[in-house]
This record gives sequence, C-alpha cells and structure tokens, in this order.
Amino acid sequence: MTTLFYIEHTNGKVSDQSLKAISATKDLGEEVHGMIAGTSIESVVEEASKIAGVSKIIHIENDEYNNILAEKLTSAIVNISDSYNYFCAAATTTGKNVMPRVAAKLDVSQISEIIGVESSDTFIRTIYAGNAIATVQSSDAKKVLTIRPTAYKAAETNDTGCEVEKINPENIPNISEYINEELTKSDRPELTSAKIIISGGRGMQNGENFELLDKVAAKLGAAVGASRAAVDAGFVPNDYQVGQTGKVVAPELYIAVGISGAIQHLAGMKDSKVIVAINKDEEAPIFDIADYGLVADLFQVLPELEGAI
Amino acid sequence: MKILVPIKRVIDPYVSIRVKSDNTGVETDNVKMSMNPFCEIAIEEAIRLKEAGKAEEIIAVSVGNQSCQETIRTALAMGADRGIHVLIDQTVEPLSIAKILSKIIDQEKPGLVISGKQAIDGDNNQTGQMLAALTDMPQGTFASKIEIDGDKIQVTREIDGGLQTIKLNMPAIITTDLRLNEPRYASLPNIMKAKKKPIDQKTPDDYGVDITPRLKTLKVIEPPKRQAGIKVENISELVEKLKNEAGVI
Ligand SMILES: Cc1cc2nc3c(=O)[nH]c(=O)nc-3n(C[C@H](O)[C@H](O)[C@H](O)COP(=O)(O)OP(=O)(O)OC[C@H]3O[C@@H](n4cnc5c(N)ncnc54)[C@H](O)[C@@H]3O)c2cc1C
Ligand SMILES: Nc1ncnc2c1ncn2[C@@H]1O[C@H](COP(=O)(O)O)[C@@H](O)[C@H]1O
Repeated sequence: MTTLFYIEHTNGKVSDQSLKAISATKDLGEEVHGMIAGTSIESVVEEASKIAGVSKIIHIENDEYNNILAEKLTSAIVNISDSYNYFCAAATTTGKNVMPRVAAKLDVSQISEIIGVESSDTFIRTIYAGNAIATVQSSDAKKVLTIRPTAYKAAETNDTGCEVEKINPENIPNISEYINEELTKSDRPELTSAKIIISGGRGMQNGENFELLDKVAAKLGAAVGASRAAVDAGFVPNDYQVGQTGKVVAPELYIAVGISGAIQHLAGMKDSKVIVAINKDEEAPIFDIADYGLVADLFQVLPELEGAI
Repeated sequence: MKILVPIKRVIDPYVSIRVKSDNTGVETDNVKMSMNPFCEIAIEEAIRLKEAGKAEEIIAVSVGNQSCQETIRTALAMGADRGIHVLIDQTVEPLSIAKILSKIIDQEKPGLVISGKQAIDGDNNQTGQMLAALTDMPQGTFASKIEIDGDKIQVTREIDGGLQTIKLNMPAIITTDLRLNEPRYASLPNIMKAKKKPIDQKTPDDYGVDITPRLKTLKVIEPPKRQAGIKVENISELVEKLKNEAGVI
C-alpha cells in the first residue's frame, strides 16, 4: 500500500514544516505520494515533485482549494482513500484541523504529533505538555498521523521531479466559507524554522518594549517569540506563542527573556539545542533547564546584548 | 437554541506530572483534578451567548468515571443548565468520545457545539474535529472570536501565521482557543443553586456505541532530563560563551 502526505505551501514555496514532517514517512516503509492543493501553483507543484522519497504528486487543481477548509480537504482525501493505508500531515494548525476529521470519516483513531516511528504500527508521542512520552500501537488498518516537524530534518530534494497527477474533486462540501486571513507581517524569520529565537514574557511589561528584542533579533537573524502571558496581555500577536498550546520550536539557540519557565512554556522549547535565560529572579524555574542563565534586569542587559553582538 | 458543551476532567494544569514507576502511565491517585482549561473557556462562551439572548439552554456533557460529576457540577455552577454524565471507568479515545457525543447530538439537536481545542492530558486535539466529521457539521477550530449571524456563525481562528476568519452553516462545531474569553469563577450562591440542577447518568451502552480502543499504550516514560547549565555574570561573558563554547552565534 501507499502513504499519502498532505504538503502545505505558502508564498509560492513548499512549507518548511511539511518538508520536515515528510521525512517521517520513510520510516513507514511504504511508497509515498504527496498531495498538494490549489490553482496557479505550478512552481510549488514542481518543487514538491522533487522532494526525495516522493514517487507521485496528487495535485488538487481547483479554486475551492486555494484556501484550505477542513470540510473540503477532508472530502478530497477521503475520495481517494481506498488506495492508501497511511494518511499524514505536519502537526501545523492545518494538519491538526484536517487530519482528525479524515480519521473519523475513515472510522479510525488518529495519532497526534508523533515524534518517532518505532515500527509500521507503533509511534512515539509526547503527552501532558511533554512531561511524559508514550509509545502507542495502532490496530487500525488505516493509520492517520500528524507529525511534529521539529522532530525531523527537512527532506532532501532530487534534481528531477516525479509524476504529477491532477485531480478535480467532485461533490465538494459547501457548508463552510473562507472569509479572510490577517497574517502577521514580519521581516524576521518564521518562528518554527528559525535557527535562533529570542522570546519575551510578561517581564517585558508592554508591546513597545518588544522592540528591545527585535533589535537583538535583527542582529542575530533571529525570530521573536513570546510566552502566553505576553500574548494574552496583548504585547504581541497570537502566532508568537511558544508552548504546549502554541508552537513547538527547537532552534539551535533559544533566548528566554522575562519568562518564568512554566511547564506549558517549556513544552514548546525544551528541545532547543542551547537555552539562555535572562530573568531578574534567580529562583525562576527557567534556570533549571537553561544552559546559560543570567540573573539581571532585562531592561539593562538587552541593550548591552544588542551592542555586544 | 441549545448549546452542547463537552467537558473533560483532567489533572490540574499546575500539578507536576509523575510517570508511574512501572511505565504504564501517569500517576493519577491523590492528584488534584480540574476541568480542562479549554473546556472552561467553552462553558464561558456558551454562557455569554445565553446572556446575549442567542441561546436558551446549555448542556454540559462529560464522559468518564464517577468523579466527572464534580466537573459537571462546576459547569452547572458557572451557568450551564443541565448535565449529562456518560459513566465509564476506562480511558476512552477521542474517536469513541466523538461517537458518544454524536449520538447525544442526534437526541438533543443543539444549534451549536462548543468544545475545547485540546485536552491537556493526552494533548490530542481531535475530538471536536472528529465529532464534526461524524455529524457532517462544519468546524471552526481554535476559535478566538465567534459571532452568530442569522443561521451562520463567523469564526476567527488562531492559525500558525496569524488569524483566519471563516463562516459556517449552523449547526456547527467550535473548538476554543485560549484567547476566546476569560472564564468566570462560580459564585457561592451559584454553587448552591447548581446542586439542584439535573445531571442525567448514562452509559455507553445507552447509546449503542462500540468504544473498543484502537490504540494500545505500550509504555510511558519520563522525558530525558535537561541538565541545568551555568550562571554567567554579565552580557560579555554570555556572548563569549555563546560564541566560543556553544558556537551558536
Ligand atoms: C491550558 C494552559 C495552556 C497554556 N499554554 C501555554 C503556552 O502554550 N505557552 C506559554 O508560554 N504558556 C502557556 N500557559 C501559561 C503558563 O502556565 C504561564 O502562565 C505562562 O507561561 C507565564 O508566562 P511568563 O513566564 O511570561 O509570565 P510570568 O510567569 O509572570 O513570568 C514573568 C517573569 O519575568 C521576570 N521579570 C519580570 N520583570 C523582569 C525584568 N525587568 N527583568 C528580568 N526579568 C523580569 C519575572 O521574574 C518572572 O519570572 C498555559 C497555561 C494553561 C493553563
Ligand atoms: N471524556 C470527555 N468527555 C467530554 N468531552 C471530552 C472528553 N474528552 C474530550 N472532550 C472534549 O474534546 C476536547 C478536545 O479533547 P482532545 O481531543 O482529547 O484533545 C476537550 O476540550 C473536550 O471539550
């Protein structure tokens, strides 16, 4: 049988998250088909067709798939589900939105945010905000998985593309409608693909002060993230949130500034290679996991840091 | 309109988790339990819709052991009108929960279902989407704002790049994100009043749903511990270490 992997794209590129997550599919031991959706996306389809390990691209070419709605994408996947025994996507907000719907339509359990494949039916995932790691075995004939991108390296690309099959789904459900998107604009790299992240918490006191982080980030080529407290207080938009219920990141370097280190925050960043914490409270739990801790007032040391790099 | 709110009882988010020494799961004996935070947000949203005159009745449903009654009482004290408790002692997968909930929807015919986006124990983030699939309803997941507009509902969703707005035919399923609202605390008089509100006790058999698990947990282990590192004195020492010792900048 075959694995179907749903490939996301933004701004004319295959999403970095999909490129990472698709690497997990080779451990499933089956042929891999990539599914990609939208119109006027020839260059993305070509890029996708060159992903190493993918033997065919299924291109849903229909305007209704230019903005992904769970109802419509699920129906397109379920239409062709007889040919597949694994259905996978990156554990992004799109993957998490769509894959459980696919699973229920196929009457199978879904396995969320796997970080490892132990065998063809056994998978590893974190539970309780990363405080425990479970190994789960599925007895379903068809398996629906979302894959945590930070657990994998981006797939390589081939020189030549594989076969592309265009499909145009029938009976597209019409019970939901896309209105618009307000995407956060930033010159900084995307959080989930950045090599360096500097995040601010409640200690930043307000949104203007995040400029102190922006300046350091500009020098390091880093992305800027935040704790939930900072997002809830309105300092920064929701998509900055790192943690159990925000984004999971694992950069080379994570700098936590004015963040106490609640388990829900740690769940999103503790697999970073090197962690730095800057906090004025030497008892803050973030220091328990930081490689380098600096007990200091952030308003004093952030300008110093900007000057020193 | 009726609003159905599925709520889960979980280990309190501020309790530190201990993995059992036989690696079969996580210690739950004598551990403080609470309503899943996302479910509190769901109840709160339902109450606000009722207060705004957009809903008449709020039904809180919980599937789980006898203590779930306590969690339902909390929802009733916040402002839900009645409860349904589906008694089952073993842990149930989101697919089975969704199957039970879909049968309850057949009976109650709510105009809206508001569930949490994620239960913070299993971190599955599946039940609402599965329920939407089984009932063929549209889904507005990770909602940070909802607005009923005639027989449609406009939902602002928290997505990876920012915010997305969609419009759904009702009945629809909404799953809550953290910033949808801030849940209220139940007042003492309302806690007293909630004692008189009805809770229906059911079993999965009442709904004729097969809840045989499809997944088997083979083992649960502790994550590898990260060693605490060192404290540096100042920024120049930090930058020197990051450059020469860690080699990350
Ligand atoms: C269901 C649920 C889900 C959650 N999901 C997430 C999630 O995904 N991500 C997340 O981050 N949180 C999440 N949380 C919230 C989490 O529990 C914490 O409340 C939150 O992470 C705290 O944010 P903080 O560290 O910025 O704020 P605080 O805990 O208030 O810490 C602020 C820190 O700043 C320091 N500080 C203050 N002023 C200065 C200064 N001038 N210089 C230096 N340091 C200073 C203080 O010493 C303190 O340590 C969740 C909670 C729940 C219940
Ligand atoms: N046992 C349960 N009883 C009632 N509702 C549940 C149960 N499990 C999950 N839910 C609902 O589904 C949401 C998402 O849970 P999950 O899919 O397990 O992450 C929760 O926030 C609840 O609203």
